[in-house]
Amino acid sequence: MTKTITDVICPFCGTLCDDVEVVVSDDGKKLLEVANACVIGTEKFLHSQAADRVTRPRMHQEDGTWKEVSYDDAVEYTAQMLAKAKKPLMYGWSSTNCEAQSVGNEIAEISRACCDNTAAVCHGTTLIAVQDIGLPTCTLGEVKNRADRVIFWGCNPAHAHPRHMSRYSIFPRGFFTGKGQMSRKLIVVDPRVTDTAKMADVHLQLEQGKDYELLNALRVAFKGEWLPDVVAGIPAEKIREAADMMKSGRFGIIFFGMGVTQSLSKNHNIDEAIAVTKDLNEYTKFSIMPMRGHYNVTGSGEVFAWQFGFPYSVDLTRGFARYNPGDTSSIDLLTRGEVDAMFTIGSDPGAHFPISAVKPIANMPSVCIDPHLTPTSGVSKLHVPVAFNGVETGGNCYRMDNVPIDCRKVVEPPEGMLTDEQFLIKVRDRLKQLKGAA
Amino acid sequence: MAKDITLNLISGRTIQQGVAIEGGKEKPLYRTACGIIELDTSDFKKLGVWKNSNVKVTSDYGSVIVKAIETTQGPHPGVGFIPMGPWANSVVNPDTYSTGMPTFKGTPVKVEVAMNEPILLGIELVQKQCGVKSA
Repeated sequence: MTKTITDVICPFCGTLCDDVEVVVSDDGKKLLEVANACVIGTEKFLHSQAADRVTRPRMHQEDGTWKEVSYDDAVEYTAQMLAKAKKPLMYGWSSTNCEAQSVGNEIAEISRACCDNTAAVCHGTTLIAVQDIGLPTCTLGEVKNRADRVIFWGCNPAHAHPRHMSRYSIFPRGFFTGKGQMSRKLIVVDPRVTDTAKMADVHLQLEQGKDYELLNALRVAFKGEWLPDVVAGIPAEKIREAADMMKSGRFGIIFFGMGVTQSLSKNHNIDEAIAVTKDLNEYTKFSIMPMRGHYNVTGSGEVFAWQFGFPYSVDLTRGFARYNPGDTSSIDLLTRGEVDAMFTIGSDPGAHFPISAVKPIANMPSVCIDPHLTPTSGVSKLHVPVAFNGVETGGNCYRMDNVPIDCRKVVEPPEGMLTDEQFLIKVRDRLKQLKGAA
Repeated sequence: MAKDITLNLISGRTIQQGVAIEGGKEKPLYRTACGIIELDTSDFKKLGVWKNSNVKVTSDYGSVIVKAIETTQGPHPGVGFIPMGPWANSVVNPDTYSTGMPTFKGTPVKVEVAMNEPILLGIELVQKQCGVKSA
């Protein structure tokens, strides 16, 4: 007999869907089927069952081969590396739970590390903008029940957050949005005709990198002032049409993504998007929300902010927390050659950093803690596979709207495998011995 | 027909990229999903190359071999799209302009035909560029 587990949390994207169903074998050791999740979430659950999965830590040898080592050896290497390093970088954290993140922060304090999460290549510039001018935001539940104007700016949820539109933003019938998608107007701003844009009432196909100009033009249009004939490749009349559509709603929401955070102007694009939201509140109720990528990147920001006072790019090398993106941020630290050891957990900088920031990782003592084989594990000296968080172990995670949700364990990890938290606790305890910390 | 064309490169997620990273980055599926550049039909004509040909993408920051495929989310003339991953990151502008964020979107690139050059697997590509031996 198999068992069906309901209300499982999907550990893929920031939407953190909480209605997944999985079928497991009678003894709870095999995960057999997944229902309700998107194709990416399903793949994540099923990949935990892969026959070719690496289940023990491995050291990279000179000749390119890997030598299996014990978890104790891996703990020793990691603790020694952090103890000896003058300025280690502890990066990642977005694909693990808040409990593990908190243990990681203890390790960072003892080893006086720089710590950073994947916001560095995702919504880091959003965090800068929020610190500059604040964020009028809401929860996804409010979006579902109230939003009749939905703007996707520089994001493509049809691909990156596949169930976002069906669970919260476009299709569901909410308390004040009883007709589902018929109740809502959708505006998409993107330089490509994305699969999200194809569903839009208005698609503003702007020139890439001209987001600031277009946001500014919208603010002008709200006030009915003069506009040039074309701004950012969009005719003025179309900008006015979009502006009127936004103003005429009862409750609006701007979701924004990498299109604004990674294009030139960066945090200033988001400053302007937040100012658009503020302006719209003169006419109706409007909110704005970043489309966070990893399922617990938001949680990592929360834990950093709770324990160190800053949400990412924290530098503890002086024994207290400093924060100065551009100086204390991972990409800059690596490309300037300032760090002398690399500790990666729950992320893949090898695949997602520009190659000039990856090359230094290959030339320093390095540990990669990740259930998967990745480009990062491929260039690290030590690869420590761990249990899949959200599948083989539970733990607290934060949805993109800062709502904490406890992930659930649905299946046993392969025998003898540690979770992130268990491994980190061992590293912390060994590091305390090495450093003589209390 | 030009020997090469200049495009504005952006990178980003696709659902195929999402499935491939969760399915295993060591597998050929990852290369199929992300070792590509999506080009507009008009840019294919300018370059004078068949769809699904290998091309070399070069920027001020590096170069990479990828497969040129017809855009799935176009038209976007003058814009090239490589899904996020090590292929895109071989050529993107790493400058953060003191924000901590590299300029992943908006890198000028040159695209030229490289019919016989191989497209490397994801982990292999990063290891090769970092000078790391693989067994």
